Amino acid sequence: MNSAGQGYAASPVAASGTSAKTEAWLWIAQRASAALLALCVLVHLVTIIYAVRQGLSGAAILERTQGNAAGLAFYSLYVLAIAVHAPIGLRTLCQEWLGWRNASLNWFIAVLALALFTFGLRAGWAVFVG
Amino acid sequence: MKNDYRARNHPAWWAFLVHRLSGLALSIFLPFHFWALGQALQGEARLDTLLRWTEQPLLKFAEIMLILLLAAHLTGGLRLLALEFLPWRGWQKSLLAWAAGAALAAGLAFALAL
Repeated sequence: MNSAGQGYAASPVAASGTSAKTEAWLWIAQRASAALLALCVLVHLVTIIYAVRQGLSGAAILERTQGNAAGLAFYSLYVLAIAVHAPIGLRTLCQEWLGWRNASLNWFIAVLALALFTFGLRAGWAVFVG
Repeated sequence: MKNDYRARNHPAWWAFLVHRLSGLALSIFLPFHFWALGQALQGEARLDTLLRWTEQPLLKFAEIMLILLLAAHLTGGLRLLALEFLPWRGWQKSLLAWAAGAALAAGLAFALAL
């Protein structure tokens, strides 16, 4: 286990019924989505601070977002990265802290990823398209 | 191998704990965030009602904490990516302090902009 406790070297590959190849792809997906999220979260934080300074009201928010195609594209990419990153992180947490290592964990994580992606896109549609 | 307290009495272990707990908290918050944004489907007035509800002091404090957690997860994650993918350099030893400092600065910037 590295200092970050990610445990990728010591993960119980066979216990969850997941092949080593799938575990490797999950590791890559986690890092790739992290790199994309680094940029997205930075833009998000700057936007939040800017928006709060400009005043938060339904009208002020929707005036900036409605019909903003670039904003919707960015937000959709952000949601996709979240839907990949958060479930894989929670999977590691469930394995290491809860001892949940069987195949049902993978199903739970897959459903969570799909739900986050769907509800995230719905939220983006609401704000950018309406 | 079992970890004892010596393995945990180290800044890198605390960084791991902050990264994991902030990730967990953000994952729990996400569905609520998506739900709140989705309220825009019911019009501007509904969004305004929700925004007014978030003006309570306790929720303002929670907002600041969320920004702090998001910034901490970002800077902690950048530190991990640097440690994992870049060749080892001496300056990486101070990444932890930079990560903590940048996260606090982001939290402060949001708190002062409120």
